[in-house]
Amino acid sequence: MTYDAAAKLAYDVARVRKDFPILDREVRPGVPLVYLDNAATSQKPQQVLDAMRDYYERHNANVHRGIHTLAEEATALYEGARDKVKTFINAADRAEVVFTKNSSEALNLLSYVLPLKPGDEIVVTEMEHHSNLVPWQLAAGRTGATLKWIGLTDDGRLDLADLDRVITDRTKVVAFVHQSNLLGTVNPVDVVAARAKAVGAYTVLDASQSVPHMAVDVQTLGVDAVAFTGHKMCGPTGIGALWGRRDLLEQLPPFLGGGEMIDEVTMAGSTYAELPHKYEAGTPPIAQAVGLGAAVDYLMELGMDAVHEHELQLTSYALDALQQIEGLRIIGPTTTEERGGAISFALPGIHPHDVGQLLDEYGVAVRVGHHCARPACLRYGVPATTRASVHLYSTTEEVDALAAGLRKVKEFFAK
Amino acid sequence: MTSPALESMYQEIILDHYKHPHHKGLREPFEAQVHHLNPTCGDEITLRVHLDGTTVADVSYDSEGCSISQASASVLTDLVIGKPIDEAMTLHEEFVQLMQSRGQVEPDEDVLEDAIAFAGVARYPARVKCALLAWMAWKDATAQAVGTDGGES
Repeated sequence: MTYDAAAKLAYDVARVRKDFPILDREVRPGVPLVYLDNAATSQKPQQVLDAMRDYYERHNANVHRGIHTLAEEATALYEGARDKVKTFINAADRAEVVFTKNSSEALNLLSYVLPLKPGDEIVVTEMEHHSNLVPWQLAAGRTGATLKWIGLTDDGRLDLADLDRVITDRTKVVAFVHQSNLLGTVNPVDVVAARAKAVGAYTVLDASQSVPHMAVDVQTLGVDAVAFTGHKMCGPTGIGALWGRRDLLEQLPPFLGGGEMIDEVTMAGSTYAELPHKYEAGTPPIAQAVGLGAAVDYLMELGMDAVHEHELQLTSYALDALQQIEGLRIIGPTTTEERGGAISFALPGIHPHDVGQLLDEYGVAVRVGHHCARPACLRYGVPATTRASVHLYSTTEEVDALAAGLRKVKEFFAK
Repeated sequence: MTSPALESMYQEIILDHYKHPHHKGLREPFEAQVHHLNPTCGDEITLRVHLDGTTVADVSYDSEGCSISQASASVLTDLVIGKPIDEAMTLHEEFVQLMQSRGQVEPDEDVLEDAIAFAGVARYPARVKCALLAWMAWKDATAQAVGTDGGES
């Protein structure tokens, strides 16, 4: 039996849930938590909480600076976390893994250091999270480059018929999302990257919603840089990662200046540290990196293919359950083909805010609003949506609770 | 089926105003028009104010959003249309105070009329912005209108 097949057979969601203390709590007396807001942030297993606690209780020190025991232990834990992330995403070189605060910081970093000038064009998509849109709007403003975007089809996919028209010889950067946080759509990275490569543009992938839910191999994606964040993959907040091709990151200038990122400093000027430290100015989020390392261990032990399979089955179950609710409209793909487990929907005549408030009454936590993807909401003619999103510990019972809750919401507003 | 706290937020008065909003639609004449939105949730309102001397002659609006934001706009127009500006501004202050009270203030029905129904909303911090959207837009538009020929400052 292959490792993946064994992992799939072994996937026991009841056992997985025991690792997440928060999943046991009640929202109010007698009302258990049904957490379906995983695209916003994931819950943390005990293993991650323990690793961070242990770090602070036994090893806390600043990294790369001391020769005492604690400093060496802290440095080993911090750099060990980098090795774990490197393995997790199959990077060729640990120097290619830069720790950041989150995906937004990784994407902002790239938007500052990639070379742009007047006449250049930056291409994004209409389904970007604001974190992969606004930094490029700002970059265009700073450099005189022009921002363009690939539109969307009615069924929630990239309009690939637009690709050759939008990405041209003037395109210098193509920045796009792997899996949409609003629509759930998984984009064809190879197709977009191939077109970008053909015109000599850099490719930047926002993998915030994909890395936590499927096996992602940065060497086969065919892009130059990838951003993702720890807190959506069972790690803590305050830590994210940028992966970039070594030869590219080596050519690019630094982003933030300060301690840690320098080589030799005089009053007149400085030289910069080798990768990855060149992009890690200041004391990094050490405990958070340790927590992320523990999260990566946790995910690898479950097996990302097993996690993906579990979530795919749940997504299919949820799409069916939701579509049985009369009048409910899914915003995004309605089948599991090239789609992840974030499902946005609208109920006619009931605003998502009211849906979310009433669902909370039944313990069901969902996200309501425009999900930091307002242009995509506008594209589909909705000011906001309700979004349910699953993770590796979600269950069909939770999906049932959501569907039952939505039926009660409809009753409440029909009276 | 629902808790007392939730029932107090979704009172009949609020649901009635939501389903049958008063004074909705944009009308002429007006001296000021503003567009306000709640960026976290997508509630939006375009609101016009028409002043006649020192009186709020009309408040018209077009809006999209949750029941709380829609009902609040409807209640606002009921309260301020036909009132002297200074009296309407006092009502505005009372309403803002009620919404920021976290449910600790007992509202005066003689002053706030249907708006007392929003006392329950004040217990849900995430929804206070919804309730205040139309009121903030009205204050903004009125301040602008006062600076024009429509009203006296």
